[in-house]
Amino acid sequence: MSVAVTGTGGAVRPPRPPARRRGPNRRLTGLLFLAPLLIVNVLVIAGPAMMSVAYSFTDWDGINTPDFVGTANYEALVGDPAFHRALGHNLVWTLFFLTVPMGMGLLGAYLLSRVRRGRTLFRIAFFIPYVVATVVSAAVWRQILSPDAGIGPALASFGVPWVGDVNALGDPDLALGAIAMINNWQWWGFLVMLFLTAMQSVNPSLYEAARLDGAGRFREFWHVTLPGIRPTLVFLFLMTIIWSFLVFDFVYILTQGGPAGSTDMLSTLLYRTAFSESRAGVASAVGVVMAVISAVTIAGYLVLRRRLRWEV
Amino acid sequence: MPARPTRARRAARLLDRGRPLTYLLLVILAAYALGPIVVMVFSALKTPAELSTNPMGLPADAAWDNFTTAWQSANMATGLANSAVIVSCTAVGVCLISGAAAYAMVRLDVPAPGAITMYLLVVTSLPIQLFLVPLLSWWTRLGLYDTQFGLILIYWAIYSPFATLLLRSYLIAIPPDYEAAARMDGAGELTVFFRIVLPLIWPGLLTAGLVAGLQAYNEFLLAVTFLQDSEALPVSIALYSFQQGFTVNHALVAAAGLIMLLPMLAVFLVMQRRFVSGYASTGMAN
Repeated sequence: MSVAVTGTGGAVRPPRPPARRRGPNRRLTGLLFLAPLLIVNVLVIAGPAMMSVAYSFTDWDGINTPDFVGTANYEALVGDPAFHRALGHNLVWTLFFLTVPMGMGLLGAYLLSRVRRGRTLFRIAFFIPYVVATVVSAAVWRQILSPDAGIGPALASFGVPWVGDVNALGDPDLALGAIAMINNWQWWGFLVMLFLTAMQSVNPSLYEAARLDGAGRFREFWHVTLPGIRPTLVFLFLMTIIWSFLVFDFVYILTQGGPAGSTDMLSTLLYRTAFSESRAGVASAVGVVMAVISAVTIAGYLVLRRRLRWEV
Repeated sequence: MPARPTRARRAARLLDRGRPLTYLLLVILAAYALGPIVVMVFSALKTPAELSTNPMGLPADAAWDNFTTAWQSANMATGLANSAVIVSCTAVGVCLISGAAAYAMVRLDVPAPGAITMYLLVVTSLPIQLFLVPLLSWWTRLGLYDTQFGLILIYWAIYSPFATLLLRSYLIAIPPDYEAAARMDGAGELTVFFRIVLPLIWPGLLTAGLVAGLQAYNEFLLAVTFLQDSEALPVSIALYSFQQGFTVNHALVAAAGLIMLLPMLAVFLVMQRRFVSGYASTGMAN
């Protein structure tokens, strides 16, 4: 039967247009179209990133020719209390962002998944803070937390004790928590949206089965919703850890790491070391440490995924 | 007589179980999300004297001239104009760079497309801090430091890998017949790209451009590092310097903040769906 096809079919049917162009000339065209992307990427990201690794083994000051110093920069970091303190703050930050915004995001998404009327309006309301630029959020929260024109004196005028003259951003004991809370305000609505998308794709028949078994709302959430959105949950856990070690904007805008280093992060430490103290070699080492933390987190995730056979 | 509940109605009833509490919690969360923005609007309309006696409440008299004062003293006109240049150049450039790259990866013959995808994924997950310091010294040497073009070039590099992956998924879904037909008519690759491919992936370009543009509008770390000249600063940095003074006039800062927020908020509310889906996929790709 196949013989007949070659006979008449080939002559009548027009030649099928090629899906891709091939050959050496075509390969050149392909590279030319790819070139802008690769050139800017190598120039801005890959090149300087590799330079950073090299500079981290030198005494570079950012301007003059660097000299090789071996692992001295890394050894200095290991013994540097400021580095330990910054690393500790990043760890606290990670724990905060793995719990508070995650919990609020799950709660918001779960509530939204249970209602129809007004869902879009609530979703927009939750998402708006994410659209507000960091400098703008920082400005409004700086006012809300200020001791002269903020919520403290407003509450004090209603007779609430203690809060009248609290300067949350100026108090070493409170500043880190205050900045984390401000960042959470901008962040949790984004999580709501990602969790809601995931929850909406959970198979509805699982919920009906749970209800037939007489599961309460909490057990239903625990045994159906959470397992159903596990890929999103795991992915956001991973991303939260990575982002928490890179956090910069709110800290730099609100306190620059102060007061008395109480909000210093790896990123602000790096920034100060490089641009105020001109110790670019040490700063490069901090950058490499930050990249290694990201890489280790991703590697751990990939290993876990393979071990537990997660389909993500 | 009660009709037998249909499947849909039963589902709706189940959905409404415990409704008052659900709505109460939703309203509390919405108040948390929107409260600070309401405070900002109130503060922007108060005089400094009123702000210290009545920090959180409604303004007694709308002090509209806060906006004109803030507009002038925070250099908002220059800042917004600079941001417009930076944002539009970033968006257009990212679309062109990523559109071309996606076209090459999907339709043309490139060596090792899998390795290129892998490279893009790795590059998007590198922390900016890893390349910041050498990049600054490099940009100084090339004369790109403290120029808007230097900053735009950095934005092109950091926003285009994600846009490329996004546009790639758009292009894969489109059959190559139109391009093939144009080639048969003797069109060159550039013509095919600009006249056929870009119009075909228009919705993807809009999403990619929107996300890149709005990220550039709000971006802080690179802008504050790579621009010094007050005539070149984007609005974000103008606002940052405005709130750094020793005695901060919170009313004027709030007014300036609102001026910066409004264009963004307008774009968001108009293009809400595209925006949310675009940002969601950025979150997933970063």
